[in-house]
This record gives sequence, C-alpha cells and structure tokens, in this order.
Amino acid sequence: MDYFDRFAVPHPSPAIYVSMVAIGLTVIAIIAGLTYFKKWGYLWREWLTTVDHKRIGIMYLISALLMLFRGGADAIMMRAQLAVPENTLLDAQHYNEIFTTHGIVMIIFMAMPFIMAFMNFVVPLQIGARDVAFPRLNALSFWLFFMGAMLLNISFVVGGSPDAGWTSYFPLAGNEFSESVGTNYYMLALQIAGLGTLMTGINFITTILKMRAPGMTLMKMPMFTWSALVTNAIIVFAFPVLTVALLMGTMDRLFATNFFTTANGGMDMLWANFFWVWGHPEVYILILPAFGIYSEIISTFSRRNLYGYKSMVGSMVIISLLSFLVWTHHFFTMGQGALTNSIFSITTMAIAVPTGVKIFNWLFTLWKGKIVITTPMLYSLLFIPIFTIGGVTGVMLGMSAADYQYHNTMFLVAHFHMVIIPGVVFAMLAALHYYWPKMFGFKLNEKIGKVGAWVISMSTLLAFMPMFFSGLDGQARRMYTYSESTGFGFLNMLSFIGAIGFAIGFCLIVYNIYYSTRYASRDISSDPWDARSLEWATHSPVPEYNFAITPQVNSAEAFWDAKKHGHELFTGEYEKIHMPNNSGVPFIMGCIFFAWGFSFIFGMWIPVIISTIGIFACMALRSFEKDHGRYISVNEIKKTETSRGA
Amino acid sequence: MIKKWSILSIVFTIVTVLTGCEPLLVLDPKGPQAERQASDIMLSIGIMSIIVLAVFVILFIMLVKYRASKQSEDYEPPHIKANIWVEIICVGIPVLIVAYLSFVSVQSNNIVESAPKGYEDKEPLIVYASTSNWKWHFSYPEENIETVNYLYIPTDRALEFKLYSFGPITSFWIPQLGGQKYAMSDMVNTLHLAADVPGEYMGRNANFSGEGFAENTFNVKAMPEEEFDDWVKEVKKAAEPLTEEKFDELLKPGHVGQSTYTGTHLEFMPPPEGENGGHHHGSSKSEKSVDDSHEEHSNQNHH
Repeated sequence: MDYFDRFAVPHPSPAIYVSMVAIGLTVIAIIAGLTYFKKWGYLWREWLTTVDHKRIGIMYLISALLMLFRGGADAIMMRAQLAVPENTLLDAQHYNEIFTTHGIVMIIFMAMPFIMAFMNFVVPLQIGARDVAFPRLNALSFWLFFMGAMLLNISFVVGGSPDAGWTSYFPLAGNEFSESVGTNYYMLALQIAGLGTLMTGINFITTILKMRAPGMTLMKMPMFTWSALVTNAIIVFAFPVLTVALLMGTMDRLFATNFFTTANGGMDMLWANFFWVWGHPEVYILILPAFGIYSEIISTFSRRNLYGYKSMVGSMVIISLLSFLVWTHHFFTMGQGALTNSIFSITTMAIAVPTGVKIFNWLFTLWKGKIVITTPMLYSLLFIPIFTIGGVTGVMLGMSAADYQYHNTMFLVAHFHMVIIPGVVFAMLAALHYYWPKMFGFKLNEKIGKVGAWVISMSTLLAFMPMFFSGLDGQARRMYTYSESTGFGFLNMLSFIGAIGFAIGFCLIVYNIYYSTRYASRDISSDPWDARSLEWATHSPVPEYNFAITPQVNSAEAFWDAKKHGHELFTGEYEKIHMPNNSGVPFIMGCIFFAWGFSFIFGMWIPVIISTIGIFACMALRSFEKDHGRYISVNEIKKTETSRGA
Repeated sequence: MIKKWSILSIVFTIVTVLTGCEPLLVLDPKGPQAERQASDIMLSIGIMSIIVLAVFVILFIMLVKYRASKQSEDYEPPHIKANIWVEIICVGIPVLIVAYLSFVSVQSNNIVESAPKGYEDKEPLIVYASTSNWKWHFSYPEENIETVNYLYIPTDRALEFKLYSFGPITSFWIPQLGGQKYAMSDMVNTLHLAADVPGEYMGRNANFSGEGFAENTFNVKAMPEEEFDDWVKEVKKAAEPLTEEKFDELLKPGHVGQSTYTGTHLEFMPPPEGENGGHHHGSSKSEKSVDDSHEEHSNQNHH
C-alpha cells in the first residue's frame, strides 16, 4: 500500500472528500449516459476525432465555460473566507491552494481557451478559408490544452493542489518549501497546455498569412483577424520562454538541479524573470483578441466602419513589441536599482499610449453611428468605462517609486482584475452572444443576456473597487485572514457581495443557454446582426466546408460592401472541395500526454518511459501515414446549399 | 445609461465615505520616503481622473446623441476615414502625460533609492532585517543587539535596512514609512527609510511565503533618539545573549512572539553579501567581519 500513499491528499478536508465523490459520480453518470443513449460512436466520430476548426472552437468554448465555473468556485471560496475578519471557513493551507489554482485556471485554462474558441471558430471564416493551415495539428493543440487542464484539475483530489501561487516563485516553489506534488502538477500541466498553445500560434500565423481569400490583402483583413495574427506572433515568441522555464523548474523539483534553488549558486530571481518574460506578453495574448472582438462588435452595432483602421493595426503591433519590454515592472521591488526601474517604468507607461488610441478609436466609431444596444454591444459599452479605470491604475502602478507601495497589495489585485475582467471576460461573453447564432443557428435571449451583462459589470465594480482602498490601507494580497483591528472587514465584505453577484451573473448565462436552446426561434437569417465581415456571409450553422464558393474580397468590410454596394462575393460555379480527414491520433496522443504528465508528476519512471515511446510512436505513425484528405462532390455541395435555403 | 451612472456614483460614494473616516495607511505618511510616494500617488490619481472623466464624457455624449432610437429610420451612418489631426491629438496628449509622469517617476526612483534628505548630520542607523518562516529578525550591528518580530527605531536619523531571507522571498514593508523591498536568500537588498514622527506603525512581509504568511508581521515603534538609546542600554543590561543554538531554534518554521537578545546572528551566520553572496561560485568563504562586508554595495554584487 505504500506505493499508493503518494496519491493521498496531504491536507484533506471535508470539502475535498465531497469533491472526490462528486467527481466520481459525474464520471459514472457521463459514462452511463453515453452508453444508455448509445452516443459513444457519435462522440468519437463527430467530436473526439474531428479536425474541423468550428467543432474544435466549440470544444474550446465548452472547456472555457467549465473552467470558468471551477475558477469562479475558487474565487467565491476566497472571498467568503475574507468576508469577515478572523474567519475560519478555510485554513491557511487550503486558502493557499485555492488562490493558486484560481490564478492558474482563470488565466491558462479559462481565458486562453476562451480566446482560442473564437480564434478557431471565427478566423478561418473571416478570411474565407475552409479550415486552418494544419487541421490535425489544431486538433492536437486542443487535446494538449484539454489534457493539461484535466491534469491540473485532478490535483486537488490526487496528491494535492499546487500552493505556491500562480506565479510559483522559487525558492518557495522548490522542494524545500513545497513538499507535496502540487507544484509538479503546476509544472507539467502548464507544460502540456503550453505546447498546445505554441502549436496554435504556428498554425494560425500560417493560416492567416497563407489562406486568405483572393483580394484580401493584409490591410483589408477584419480587425479580429489582425488581432489574432498579432496575438499568435506574441505566442510564438513568448511561449518558448515558458517551456524552458517550466522545464528547468521541473528539473529542479525532480532531478535535483539548482537553477532556481539558491543552494549551489542557483538564482531565485531567474525564475521570476523568466516567468514574467512570458507572463507579461501573455497578458497581451489575452487582451488583443478581446480588442479585436470589441472592434467587430462596436463597428457592427454602430452601423459604421471602424474608426482609424490603420492606427488600430499600428497600435496592436506597437503593443506587441512593448509587451516584451516591460516584464521587470512585476518586481520593481527586487532591488535592481533606480536606473533599471526608471527604464521599465517608462516602457510600462508607454503602453498606455497605443491602448488609449484604441479606446478613442472605439469612441469615435460610435460617432455619427446608429447605435443599437444588443447584449454584445452592451458588454462592449460597459467595457469601455470599467476598463479605463483598470487601465489608468496600470499607469499608476507603472510609476515604480509609488509601486513600492502598491506591490503585493490588494491595489494590484484590483488593477489586474479591473483590466482582465472587462478586457477579456466581457469580450468573451460579448463574443459568446454575438457568435452564438453563427455557431448554433439561434440567438441567445436578449433580455436575459442584458440582465446578465448588467449584473456582471456591476459586480466587477462592487468586487474590485474596494480593493483599491484596502490595498492602500495596507492589506497585502494572498493573506488568508486578517485581524479585526486592521479595519479591512467592511471593504472585504463588499468584495464578497460582488463575488456573489458574479455567481448570479454566471448562472444567468448558463440559464440563458438552457432557455434559448429550448425556446429560441430557429428561424433566423444567417446574418442576424446586420454585420460587416465574411463570417456572416455563409449559413448558420456553418456547413463543414464554410463557403460553397471561395469569396472575392476588395475591402476591409467585404460582406457589408456586398450588402450595400453591390459587390459580388461569390462568383463562379460550384467545384468539388478538398477537406481533411478526421483522425483519432491527436486525441490518443493527448491521452498519452496525460499519462506521461501524470507519471512524471509522481516520479513513476517506467510509465514515463512507456508513454514517451507512445508519443514518439504517434508522431512516427503520422509521418508515415498517407492521408491526402477527401473531396466533397459538387452534388453534395448542391444538396447542402439547397437544404440551407441558398 | 442613467442607471449605470447612478450605480457607479453610489459605489464610489459609499467606498470613499466609509473609508474616508480614517486616512489610508499609505496616504498617511510618517517619513520622507513614504511622503514622496504618497504625493506621487495623489498626483497620478489626479491626472488619471481627468483621463477617466474625458472618456466617460465622450462615451456619454456619443450614447446620448447617436442612439438608433434618436435617429430617423433611413439614416445611413457615413463611412468615415480617420482624420490625421484627431489621431495626432489622441497620441499627442497621452504622450505628453506619460512623458510628464515618466519625469516624475525617474526623479522619485532616485529619491527613494538614496538616503533620505535632511538627515546628513548623523550617520544612518543600519539594521539587518532578515526573515525566516515566518518571523522577522532585526539585527543592530552597531548596538550589538537583536530583536525578533519587533523593531525600535529612532526618529531624526536615517535608517538603512539590509534585507535578506533564510527561506522564500519575502518583502519588507512598513506602509507609513515607505514602500517595500524584497528580502532574498542569495543577496542583500538595501532599503532607505526614515521616520519623522514618533509612533507605532504596522510592518509586515508583503510577499507570499507559504502557510504562515498572513501572520508574518512585526510592530514598529519610532521614538526620539534619547529614548532609543535608553532602550538599547536597557536591552544590553537585561537581555540574554543570542547563541548559535538559540538562533537555530528560532529559524525553525513556525510563529514565535517578540524577543530580545544581546549580540547578533551576523557574527556566526553572516548575511549573503560580499563574499558570502549567493553567486560567487568557487570562491572560498572566509569569515569576514560584518563591519567589512556591509561597506560594499551589496545589492550590486549579485552578478
């Protein structure tokens, strides 16, 4: 039995046992349900083996919503613990695990798949392509992300959660101070998911550069596609840093190297530097696609072209470059001296300039428009003021001397939530409502959607505005409790009420999906929002080949021109369409990666060796496999098109 | 939209009024460094409020004027090309603001990173502040005494803290005296502070360092110099000497109360500066006396 002791949770609590039972029951229910309804074949053929960018996008979306639930549950527990002074709901260890996984899950496993969902679903449609450049690689990207996410999520019931913060600074994250396998989970789960993201980066750069519809020059790309291109360029430069840092961290923990542990000349600051050389660009990996989404939505519902297209593109490119030049602002207090801090202080504040340009361009897009407030537009309009508050506090944090007072406090926590939530989460929820009809052929209910948007944005203010004050009053972040004499109680109670508001908002969104699935009209046009770019020129839901005829483009708003100015999008006859075949290899490879990561975490070397061989076997299999894809015949296309009412 | 503004302003008022009863620690400085930081913070809040206000006003105007419900059905919004002058203003004004804040920021960096002004007549008091899970050790090499979890300091004299850690990275922070700085196990950081006003202040580790992090705090008492000298004399008379065994015991993970010793741990366990720094591979570790090593600029020695 000693062998199995390693899988025990080091700090068990009733909540963890309940979760274990819940997870077990859910798994049994899923298996039983699939068997009872005879859906195994459907699941395998249509989803697990799919290489269709739209289905992969939908799988990313489902994962993101699941992880939003997980990360949100963590957040509620944290806020509940801090709601009153000297609360005993959670102990220190449990609290530390929860804020650690909250950070990891929200950034890596919620925000990332959310943007991946819309990049996958929308980008090929916006550029008039049939799929991404490497469809099978795309499936592998998804399965690596998914397996990484699952690996991290089992940590709290098998072996123990990571508990050194989502930044996992060494030496705290080293073996000396973090004895459980928790931080191994962190290293391996992020590594596997990160490899998937890197592949996505390569895939989408190729797709956008090589597969645009005829006539779509770079400066005629829709803004979301531009944001995806810039984002993926950042991914390709930033993620290798994470890969290497995680590899070194893994070696420190499992092979007794000393890269970051201070014995024998290792440098703890090296980890912090590596982490943020990846981590800061990561912030822009999240926010730029969100900016792209807002550009689409604000322009659509102002019924106007996007103001300042060129400066929008230019500002994104500048942001992407600056994003690599500011990482030191995450630790102005490390003692690098006035000169270094001054340089990074200036580069940090400089980012406010291109970001400000974008805000003003959105405002001027409203100018002389005909503003229709739908749910996606409501999210976008609420984003502007809340994000501005979050953004200007970023400039304040950029003043390095003052940052000595903000650093590690709730002020900082308030800042990054006030940019990431309106910046990324609002954008993704806006996109969820905006693209839902394109994905599934019906709209989400507008009324419930709008109530949700108001609840979530007011909760943002209620949960995070008080933290600016408690931070300035000396409340450090990551404290599991505080004494009554500090006077933080009231402010933290406000935050807790805000957190409840978020939970209500999340329930409203889930309810809206349920309600609309049951009751929403299926009889809508393929262009329900009167939109402007190519993804709206095809049917809803989109047929697997996207466009029966490749569209011809001659402006940044091809579909709008087709609707208003008589531009002909689709010319010519139907021709047979070349499509990639489904493949089970990416899913199987993902499963092997899961086994590999799991055995690595527990230092079980024989399974590690076997699964490593398995991974290489999958790659070899792919290399020698002759698969030239298949053709969809003209007849089949005609049949599909008539059934969709073309 | 009116709903939004009213809710927004309610939130703002509630928060400001209820916290406004007592000044926030960071904005209630008791020393020159904290004062500079507080004035930077107020300055940036002021400038940033103007930007926030500008964005809110423009958004408000756009939403009031250009709602579809306010326009005729057949109104077709025009295709508008960006105006170069508008773009120049949108870039130019933020550039000017950032340039001004950069100027202030660079100036402040040099101020907080050097010895506080106005105390040149006296030598700064040097205190080695080190952390172990989850305690603070304060060594006064000149006075040859050491305290645990509390810090007595004189007013009217500059303070020079030498920060390092016996474990994870921690951050030394006394909000009312000045901003924080990291304490790490392989180098010594220098933090310049000074207290103008006698009083008791909150001090803590601000950087997450594991299970006992929340309680990793210390009390600071600032007092006139004569009083401080009396305290030192008193300690020397009454306190027990800090032995190596005693210190090893203190280093064990956990929480302890406040205690006071004569002698410092610096003698038998030198801080990671100079030759004892973390990154001098292969150099023989000689037993240098503390007085020699703290003259080097330790925070520039770690490469």
